[in-house]
Amino acid sequence: MNHSRSQKKDLYDSPDYYLLDELLTEEHKLIRASVREWVKKELSPVIEDFAQRAEFPRYLIPGLAAIGAFGPTIPVEYGGAGLDYTAYGIIMQELERGDSGIRSTASVQGSLVMYPIYAFGSEEQKQKYLPKLAAGEMMGCFGLTEPDFGSNPGGMVTSFKDAGDYVVLNGAKLWISNAPFADIAVVWAKNEEGVVHGLIVERGMEGFSTPETHQKWSLRASATGELVFDQVKVPKANILPGVKGLKGPLSCLNQARYGIAWGALGAAMDCYDTALRYSKERVQFDRPIGGFQLQQKKLAEMITEITKGQLLVWRLGILKSENRATPEQISMAKRNSVEVALDIARQARQMLGGMGITGEYPIMRHMMNLESVVTYEGTHDIHLLITGMDVTGFNAFK
Amino acid sequence: MKILVCMSNVPDTTTKITFTSDHKQFNAAGVQFILNPYDELALARAIELTEGGKGTVTVIHVGEASSDPTIRKALAIGADDAVRIDSPAIDAFFTASQVAAYAKDKGFDLVLTGRESIDHNGAQVPAMIGELLGIPSVSIIKKLVIDGTTGILEREIEGGKEIVHVPLPFIASCAEGVAEPKIPNMRGIMSARTKPLSVVTVTEAPVLTSIEKYETPVPRGAVKMVAADDVAKLVGLLHTEAKVI
Repeated sequence: MNHSRSQKKDLYDSPDYYLLDELLTEEHKLIRASVREWVKKELSPVIEDFAQRAEFPRYLIPGLAAIGAFGPTIPVEYGGAGLDYTAYGIIMQELERGDSGIRSTASVQGSLVMYPIYAFGSEEQKQKYLPKLAAGEMMGCFGLTEPDFGSNPGGMVTSFKDAGDYVVLNGAKLWISNAPFADIAVVWAKNEEGVVHGLIVERGMEGFSTPETHQKWSLRASATGELVFDQVKVPKANILPGVKGLKGPLSCLNQARYGIAWGALGAAMDCYDTALRYSKERVQFDRPIGGFQLQQKKLAEMITEITKGQLLVWRLGILKSENRATPEQISMAKRNSVEVALDIARQARQMLGGMGITGEYPIMRHMMNLESVVTYEGTHDIHLLITGMDVTGFNAFK
Repeated sequence: MKILVCMSNVPDTTTKITFTSDHKQFNAAGVQFILNPYDELALARAIELTEGGKGTVTVIHVGEASSDPTIRKALAIGADDAVRIDSPAIDAFFTASQVAAYAKDKGFDLVLTGRESIDHNGAQVPAMIGELLGIPSVSIIKKLVIDGTTGILEREIEGGKEIVHVPLPFIASCAEGVAEPKIPNMRGIMSARTKPLSVVTVTEAPVLTSIEKYETPVPRGAVKMVAADDVAKLVGLLHTEAKVI
C-alpha cells in the first residue's frame, strides 16, 4: 500500500461529563469500544496521510463493513445487523471522531443507498443489492443535488423518459460522495409528468460517467464527484417502486442527518480531547497552559456544549428507535451538533497555537471537514428555516 | 481440538489506582474494566487454531456477574461458549483450583492463558493449573503451532530463543507474538448475544494468602541532568544523593 503510517499513538477517550454511559446498554458499549479500537488501529495511523494527499483509503472498505458501518439498522436477512438507532449513532460518532470523510462514506452507503432500497425497493432489488452493500462488496452513492439545485432540490432538471422496457435518463448531479468509485447510484430524477422517482443506475450503463471533483479543502480523504447521465438506458426494474415525489430523497436525508447529528459530536470530542491533553502538557510562562483562565474558559465551554449535544442525540436516538423522531427534531440535532463541532474545532485550534494548523494533530482536518458537514444534508441556514417553520407555522423558504 | 482459554477482568491500563478499607482493598469505584490484554492474545491464537470447524474455544473466568460484559466481549471476539465460576478470584491458588476443578473431566486438548494479568501481575495461575491438572506447563510463549498431537512453542531466553516440543494436552501462558489481538466485528457482537455463558458454583479451595496492605509506588522524582563529560559529578551524586554506590 502506497501510504505512510503515523507512529503516534491515538490516545482518544470520549468525555462523559454527565455519566451518560449509564444510559447505554452493554452491547452499545461493546459496539463503541470495537469501532473505537478499529479506528485507532486502522484509521488514525493513516488518515492524515490520505487527507493530505486527497485520497480515499479504499482498502479500508472491508474493515468498515466488518465493524458494521454499512447499514447497521437494516434487518439481518438483508445483510444488516438489525441494530437500534442508538447503536447506529454510536458507530457514526466513532467513525467521525476519526474523520468526517470516512463517516460520510458510511452515511452514504447506509442511509442514502441501503435505506431507500430497503424502504422503497422491490423484494428483488433488496435481495440483489442489500447484502452486497452491507458487506462492502458493492459501494453506492446518492444523486440528488444538481449544479443549479442545492437547497432547492424540487427544482431538479435531471429527468427520464419512458421507452418501453427501460427509461432514458438525462442530466447531471454534483457534490456526490463516493461517486468516483461507486458501483451503483441511487438517482432522483423527474419523469415526464415532473414527478420525482428513485432509480438505481449501475456503473457500466452506457452514457453514465462519474468524473471526480478535485482540489477540495474539505473531506479530502473522501472521494467526491459528479454523476453525468447522457441518454442512459435504465431498466424499469431499477426504478424504486415504493415512493414518488420529494418524500423519497428527503426521507433518506432524514436518516443521514440523524447519523451526522451523532457524528459531528465525535469530531467535536476529538478536538476537545486533543486540546485538553495539549493544555496539560504545553508549558508557557513556567506552567501548563491549562492553568490559564482563558484556556479554561474555552475548555469549559467546549465540554458544556459537548454534554448538551450528547444529551440531545441520546434522546433523539430513543425517539428514532421508537419511530417517533420528527424530521424537524432530527434537523435541529444535525444543525446543533455541527455548529457546536465547528466552534469547538476553531477554539481547540487556537489552544494548540501553531501546532494546531499542522497535520500532527487532527484539529485542522476536522475543522476543514466540518465546513462540508455544515453545508451538506441541509445547510445550517436551511435547518434554521425548518425549525423556524416548525415553531411558527410560517414557511420562510420562498 | 477443544481449547480452554482463561481470562481475567482487569482495570483499564489508564486507571488511576486508589485503595479503600485501610489500604486493604482496591477501589473499583468508577474504574473501567477490560479483558486482560495478554488473555486477548491467548484467545486470538485459540480462535486461529480452531477456525474453519477445527475445534471449539471455551473461555473461563473466575469472577462475579460484573465481569459478564467482558466475557461477552470474549464471545464477540469469537469464543464459542463461556463459563464463569461465580466467586471473586481471591488469590492465584484459589483461582487455579477453580479452573482445574472445572477442566479436569472436560477433555480439553489445550489450555491457554495470558502470561500474567495486568492487575496483580502474579503470573502464577498457569503453572498452578498445570500442576493441578497434571499436564505440562510452558510459560511466556511467543509462538504456538500444533503439529498433530504435539505443540511446538517458542520462548524467548537470554541471548536467543528456545523451541519447546510438548505433547497435548498442555497449558501455556501467552505473550506478544502469539497472535494479534482481534477486534470484535459486528457479526461477532450479534452472535455473542446468544452464545452460552454458564455460571458455575464455586468449588471449595483453600485461600493461602491474605492482603496486608496495598501501596502505590513512590512517585518518580525529577530528572537531574549531568553534563556528559562531568563523570566526577555523576559519581558524586550517585554516591551522596542516590546512595547506590
